[in-house]
Amino acid sequence: MGSDEGLSRRDLLSGSVYAALGTGAPNWALPAAAAEAETSKPASAHDIVLRVNGVDRPLKVESRMTLAEALRGPLGLTGTKIACNRGACSACTVWLDGTPVCSCMTFAVEVGPREVTTIEGLAKDDVLHPVQQAFIEHDAMQCGFCTPGMALSVAALIARNPDPTAEDVERAISGHVCRCGSYPHVVAATLAAAKTRKG
Amino acid sequence: MADSSARRTETFPVGVVGVAVAEEPRQVPPGDPPPLPPNAELAVIGRPHPRLNARAKVTGAIRYTADVAPQGMLIGRILRSPHAHAEVRAIDTKAAERDPRVRAIVRAIPLDDPAQAVVRYVGQPVAALAATSMAAAEEALRLIRVDYKPLPFVVDLDEARRPESAKVYAPGAAPGGSAGELIAQAGLPVEGNVRGPMLASRGDVERGLAEADVVVDGEYRTQVQTHCCLEPHGLVADWRPDGLTVHISTQFTTGVRRELARTFDLPLEKVRVVVDGMGGGFGSKSTLGNYGRLGVALSRQAGAPVRLTLIRPEEQADSGNRPSVHQRIRIGARRDGALTAIAVESHGTAGVGLNAGVGSFAQSIYQCPNFASAQYDVFTNAGPGSAMRAPGNTPGAWGMELAVDELAERLSVDPLALRERIDPSLVRREERRIGAERIGWAARHAPGADPGPIKRGVGMAQSLWGANVQTYSFIEVRIARDGSVEALSSVQDIGTGVGVVIAQTIAETLGLSPDQVTVRLGDTNYPLGPPSYGSRTTASITPPARVAAWKLLQKLFVEAALKLNAAPDELVARAGRIETRSEPRRGMTFAEAAALIPGDTLSVTESRGEDYGGFRRVMGEAAQAQQDLGGVQFAEVAVDTETGIIRVERVVAVQDCGRPMNPLLLESQIQGGVLMGLSYALYENRVLDRATGRMVNANLEAYKVVGPREVPAIDVVVLENLQGRSATDAYGIAEPANIATAPAIGNAVYNAIGVRLRSLPMTPAAVLAALGKIPGRG
Repeated sequence: MGSDEGLSRRDLLSGSVYAALGTGAPNWALPAAAAEAETSKPASAHDIVLRVNGVDRPLKVESRMTLAEALRGPLGLTGTKIACNRGACSACTVWLDGTPVCSCMTFAVEVGPREVTTIEGLAKDDVLHPVQQAFIEHDAMQCGFCTPGMALSVAALIARNPDPTAEDVERAISGHVCRCGSYPHVVAATLAAAKTRKG
Repeated sequence: MADSSARRTETFPVGVVGVAVAEEPRQVPPGDPPPLPPNAELAVIGRPHPRLNARAKVTGAIRYTADVAPQGMLIGRILRSPHAHAEVRAIDTKAAERDPRVRAIVRAIPLDDPAQAVVRYVGQPVAALAATSMAAAEEALRLIRVDYKPLPFVVDLDEARRPESAKVYAPGAAPGGSAGELIAQAGLPVEGNVRGPMLASRGDVERGLAEADVVVDGEYRTQVQTHCCLEPHGLVADWRPDGLTVHISTQFTTGVRRELARTFDLPLEKVRVVVDGMGGGFGSKSTLGNYGRLGVALSRQAGAPVRLTLIRPEEQADSGNRPSVHQRIRIGARRDGALTAIAVESHGTAGVGLNAGVGSFAQSIYQCPNFASAQYDVFTNAGPGSAMRAPGNTPGAWGMELAVDELAERLSVDPLALRERIDPSLVRREERRIGAERIGWAARHAPGADPGPIKRGVGMAQSLWGANVQTYSFIEVRIARDGSVEALSSVQDIGTGVGVVIAQTIAETLGLSPDQVTVRLGDTNYPLGPPSYGSRTTASITPPARVAAWKLLQKLFVEAALKLNAAPDELVARAGRIETRSEPRRGMTFAEAAALIPGDTLSVTESRGEDYGGFRRVMGEAAQAQQDLGGVQFAEVAVDTETGIIRVERVVAVQDCGRPMNPLLLESQIQGGVLMGLSYALYENRVLDRATGRMVNANLEAYKVVGPREVPAIDVVVLENLQGRSATDAYGIAEPANIATAPAIGNAVYNAIGVRLRSLPMTPAAVLAALGKIPGRG
């Protein structure tokens, strides 16, 4: 996951995170802040426009603001969840031009003209996406915190592979952590959604 | 509560449906509804209905605590100790105070009391502040200067038991017993870092061991497991002159409200606790917590709302954990399998906290006249443990269920046959029968019999958990004149979907469908509900929901009877209508009946009473039913003896929880219990660095949690085990479904490779070492 081009947060941070462990800095320091606190004053602000769920949203962001933070904060789209904030659990998954990415590992400033789709944009005019409908019917959730990310990953899967196998679904969600153990119902729901979509 | 002399006798179906159901009389309170028949005769209960907030969850509309953002909200952050053990001599906050973005700073360590001015684990809160943004708070934390005098420390369980080890607590300073779900026995002796023993016994265990023909004597180890809630612990505290409102990711709104009132010396009525979306707790979100106290203190000082949410490394290191345990189990038996003695000694560590025992599993599950246990807590300089999904019994079952299989082997009997001999539970007997058939137990081979490098095996293990109930558990049900039905309780939905189970209960009673019932939960402005821990939510909230709905219906019958020219007791509610039993056309719709209500609404508030026939024991507002909850799980594994990788291919989970209310949701929870158990068996392990006391895998990539590609085929069977003990006869499932998985896998691994692994997690390295494939180990 993460973008193929440009500066990724993982590249930026990987060195400093391990350095922090070695030099005795508390290891629960927010990774972003650990890397950026030293250099963050004065914070640089950028005027950008994010195209989110089909709407252009102008906003001012600091360089260090992740897409997840931009969505959840100034844009008020709290359906995107932050659970690990370092690309390990995929709870923050959104689409960039239809491809799932971890929004916690993507800077808001690097999104550019790409179309962002969040869980709030998956249903069209109150009509649920087949994946959402199937998640409801198969109870493919428990606490629901990983659910928005999971739904976006499997919806992207069936868009590129209309006839997935259970293994395909498992691979598509292999970066997702669900502590409640909803994986079996997610797989069943996705297979059912793929069938519905094909008609 | 009703005068018992006014009780009436009702006849209840009792037993496992499909096996043997008898009729038993029970005394019930006068206003309680008649017995429910088996699920097959019901319209709504026992059928799969999606959870009520499913749509909100799949569209991102549901609000979790971290999504709450009142106007003017500040962000709180906690400064944590980098030392595993240190005196705190000074906390200098002056530089942080000068930062204009900082609006409140509180200390978490009282410096005026030298005995308390100590940190005892890496990550212990030292101070907290609230600032205008996360970045500002993070930067300001770095301006706080703390003067520590490091002290010797110990993070390893075995090392901490040695007399010469560093002491976590000075003499007399160790905690004496904690409140909460597991109540540590007070007044136990503390010797060095070792507290206890907590003793339990019956009969004479030494004589029993002497009389045995065969004695197994084994040591079993389990690791520290962290809860890994996807939604980190957090709250939004809003302290105002007229009262305190706290949104908090909690398993117990009612309890947190009480803690807040007590901690901050506020009248209960001035404290409101709210939770809507709740992103997983598993026992760790049962109380206010250190972060909760700090968040509220910051809001009080700042005079503004404060959101304080843990970030993942904090969540992993200081939000509770399942303690590790090292236990020795001795079981004595006669040739015919009859047990003569069970002796358990355990040493566990909950870090600086208590309750690192093995529960009551070995004590209670099998017939044995002589039993003795001695459970010790060992203090280490590590974050405090907390309840986690079947605390005690989960590590307890890992030891006991392996030991019973070892005994079966020594007696040359099948493990199932031995359990037939020693397990008095008729419910588990049926569960074993079903599970054995589904897993193909008859085709099970001798240990290590597969010829190739990949060896398959089948194993099983059993579960035991108390059927818990909260008696202080209120719900209000209302019928409005427009025919709408509403239920209100502060009980929270932590992901189990209890909302729809409440709706089903009320709908069944009123002859409606669940989507006609609006359920409002998770707010202490509603009648105070039970906690969602100890697998007690459904058992505690559905009976009063049915009683309240039933009493409302009787009032509605009185109104409708006048109109229908019938007697109220001739009326029934079914399929959206109120009609006479004998002449269904003589009736009206539910909405027409509701329109007859004098005034705007009818309302009844009920609390959970006693079980019919009484409880086994009562502990304040909590109680345990006379029957237990059980379950039997079977696992099929493939072990690659060249890589050491264990793959669980299949699990059959046969469980019971009284009356199953919603098979769809039950299946979700049982799958979850199995997967958490599988993850415990094979992957999870909190690792502390012995040199620094730091958790080296305080994240979700190096702390390994089961992922979608390690999921076995899970075959779920839920018995309908009617007991006639309450208005719904429903009990819990979350914990019983977690207990048997790890030992079932452990026994299957033995069956596969013929070598016994007695420590968790069963990593590839552990498998290879056990097989003698790592020089110098095993």
